[in-house]
Amino acid sequence: MKAAIIVFPGSNREGDVRDALVAVTGTAPLMVWHRDTELPKVDLIVVPGGFSYGDYLRCGAIAAHSPVMREVKARADKGAAVLGICNGFQILTETGMLPGALLRNAGLAFVCRNVTLRVENTQTLFTAAYNQGQELSVPVAHHDGNYFADASTLDRLESNGQIAFRYVDNPNGSVRDIAGIFNETKNVLGLMPHPENATDGLLGSTDGLPLFRGMVEALA
Amino acid sequence: MSATVEAGAEVTQKTAAEHGLTADEYARLLRIMGRTPNLTELGIFSVMWSEHCSYKSSRKWLKRLPTEGPQVIQGPGENAGVVDIGHGLAAIFKIESHNHPSFIEPYQGAATGVGGIMRDVFTMGARPIANLNALRFGSPDDPKTRHLVAGVVAGIGGYGNCMGVPTVGGEVNFHASYNGNCLVNAMTLGLAPTDRIFYSSAAGVGNPVIYVGAKTGRDGIHGATMASAEFTADSEEKRPTVQVGDPFTEKLLLEACLELMATDAIIAIQDMGAAGLTSSSVEMSSKGGVGIELELDKVPVRETGMVPYEIMLSESQERMLMVIRPEARQIARAIFEKWELDFAEIGRLTEGGHLVLRWHGKIAADIPVEPLVSEAPVYDRPWVATKPRAAIDDGAAPADLGATLTRLMASPDIASKRWVWEQYDHLVTGHTLQRPGGDAAVVRIPGTTRGIAMTTDCTPRYCLADPEQGGAQAVAESWRNLTATGARPLAITDNMNFGNPERPEIMGQFVGCIEGMRAACIALDYPVVSGNVSFYNETNGKGIMPTPVVGGVGLVDDLDRVAFARFDRESLALLLIGDTVGHLGSSLYRREIEGREDGPPPPVDLAAERRNGDLVRSLIADHGVRCCHDLSDGGLLVAVAEMALAGGHGARIEIPAAFAKRPHAFLFGEDQARYLIAVDRAMLDGIERLAASAGVKCARIGDTGGATLTVTGLAAISLSDLRTAHEGWLPGYMTGQR
Repeated sequence: MKAAIIVFPGSNREGDVRDALVAVTGTAPLMVWHRDTELPKVDLIVVPGGFSYGDYLRCGAIAAHSPVMREVKARADKGAAVLGICNGFQILTETGMLPGALLRNAGLAFVCRNVTLRVENTQTLFTAAYNQGQELSVPVAHHDGNYFADASTLDRLESNGQIAFRYVDNPNGSVRDIAGIFNETKNVLGLMPHPENATDGLLGSTDGLPLFRGMVEALA
Repeated sequence: MSATVEAGAEVTQKTAAEHGLTADEYARLLRIMGRTPNLTELGIFSVMWSEHCSYKSSRKWLKRLPTEGPQVIQGPGENAGVVDIGHGLAAIFKIESHNHPSFIEPYQGAATGVGGIMRDVFTMGARPIANLNALRFGSPDDPKTRHLVAGVVAGIGGYGNCMGVPTVGGEVNFHASYNGNCLVNAMTLGLAPTDRIFYSSAAGVGNPVIYVGAKTGRDGIHGATMASAEFTADSEEKRPTVQVGDPFTEKLLLEACLELMATDAIIAIQDMGAAGLTSSSVEMSSKGGVGIELELDKVPVRETGMVPYEIMLSESQERMLMVIRPEARQIARAIFEKWELDFAEIGRLTEGGHLVLRWHGKIAADIPVEPLVSEAPVYDRPWVATKPRAAIDDGAAPADLGATLTRLMASPDIASKRWVWEQYDHLVTGHTLQRPGGDAAVVRIPGTTRGIAMTTDCTPRYCLADPEQGGAQAVAESWRNLTATGARPLAITDNMNFGNPERPEIMGQFVGCIEGMRAACIALDYPVVSGNVSFYNETNGKGIMPTPVVGGVGLVDDLDRVAFARFDRESLALLLIGDTVGHLGSSLYRREIEGREDGPPPPVDLAAERRNGDLVRSLIADHGVRCCHDLSDGGLLVAVAEMALAGGHGARIEIPAAFAKRPHAFLFGEDQARYLIAVDRAMLDGIERLAASAGVKCARIGDTGGATLTVTGLAAISLSDLRTAHEGWLPGYMTGQR
């Protein structure tokens, strides 16, 4: 599997997800600078966490308009796998690749802690290595992770199996406890928690590893 | 040349006084200049000779601190201290205060404190891997406290989180002595290859001087001078002297600088912190023994009509000054343009040793650098030693020890600070092994199985009661906190927070703390490699408690052999390491339960610290001990409770017969040099033998298990009640429920 990680000014978890991919695949993903308009041919594109453009204007709003995101969208439309984590999820909603929006946390404060997630759909390339309903311990670290969409969108997401993960202990007020969602064709996943920070037993949890292992297997 | 210098507004003794210069200092300035300075020149002298920049009250005493050791690559005097951690790597770290601005404008004050200290570290070529902060606020009852806590915590998080540097540890305390002056001490540690460390000494006459980063605005003018005076009733008017931070720009600046540092373009580099362009240009030229000429028209400014005085004194954030090799101009410019940062060649190094500022075709200032720096005033301020306190009696044991523990666990200084550190991204970069809440943070050195342990410590009530014991205790406790994780302590950075040094009793506190720290640093082979002094933490003549914060750094050789402050299993035996006398003077028990802050602090026995700590470290590194906690505020029973809550396993302990009549002294006494460890029963005999041969007291006091904390025959408290009390106070307070 070949992977690329998109780096924006202000990205700060690109190294974390690179390390997770290296741990699983043994090879380093390509780091693609946001001004590059040509994306190498890869199986997986990761939009990492951080504060792209300082979160100015609105989280992810400026990055969504960068040239490279047009290319990411085009690749996703052709079926490439795209994973957006935290700020990456925000960017994917801002580009319209995923529905809904991430609002300020209900508690109004930044929150960094391990949360419990429940796997809602294992029939995807991202989640195949999990069991349906499995509970995971994975950290969150965000100020704007409060997922929102209107009721009809949410109903559509539910009926189409587009809910990837729900919070068991909702840390941010997300509607229907939604922590991560797929696009309609399930080749795009956006989530607020950081599975890349749950890949090393020394640091606590390894519950994020199956996500990376599953992707590698599915995209091999 | 001086004949052509712009005269500008007439400078008089009165103008000099308004800039904080005494009559003697102004006379010295006139002698150095040989003429009346213009306003820009006066401004430059005034900030360079401010307490904040010149250390004029503290310099004499700071020299008493030991700064050398085989591990030290760079001691105090550079942007940060540098310590060798083996395998070709260096740890670069420093702690710095942003007390005055944080009191006036807590969010920006704290944010720019974090930004400033990170710049000090990456200026030297190190990528920051961890931030810590030591915070002290006024009494929870003071009407300003809640606002300051909320603003400072949000500011620290806002800056550090965006930078992608995890905030992994620190401390938060409350006391009425900080009602008028909160303390915000920020520490950063970074890593660099030992052969790629960057210094501020300029070299090579004719080499270009480059300005990079954000533009210069009118913010923060005279910030350093503000930090060198007491607050009065109208200090709110000083809000314009507080800088405004932009962590996004600093993140770009970090990446751009590290990218440039991978080339051989840079000869010298200095961040623009306190006193901005003035101190950075003066530092570089004085350290290199060269002159420097700046064309102020070329400085990127964000406001129109800025004059030399403002440009030189601005403390706008996220700026750096560099001297580069002339042939590297193109490569350097390309890197900064990639990161969309300003890059301007604003001057060059010269012969003759003068700082010369050109503006609009004229000379705006011309100052000989050497005397500006070397003849900065140094004061031997009069001081009086703090009188020793009389011993106290223990008082009667409380009727309900369980309720007493619950109250202590919910007291502001001991209560969980989760509300604070969950607002900090403490996990970014994916190397945080010991998260906030333990004895010391432990962060993995990327790409290795080794780690860095870090902690900040000070017990101001001890320093107030006996500065010398308190200074020694601060150093010893940081050494102990590192040891309790299994780390080898390497060196410290110190942040000396005191009141007005012109008062002999305050100066006496400073001198006492320094002497105590000196003794402890020598005894523990634990030198000072960087630091910061913050005086004038006073409002309307009322000073803070003496608060010499120690930032300690240690090395973990094998991350598989680290101990955590938690009971990780049932049926472990509890061992109390070190001597227990039951010292209650100046204890938290005394203050929180009996409402008295009297009595001498616990004496510090540095030989015992060393002996006990070396044993504990070897038990962790070589004998499999994985549960260990340093005993400090609140004594033994608080430590047991903290380990029980952290691990989710209860414990039962017994009071030794010798303390049958003074159970509270055994449970809450704050005797030093002690640790609590929990071990497999099979390990007991071996550990006791090792302790005996090391001459260290090691007493079995109980075991782990169950869902309650039991003191046999005296108290039994459920962990869930304890947790509610411990976790509940701070969130309840911040939402106005307490």
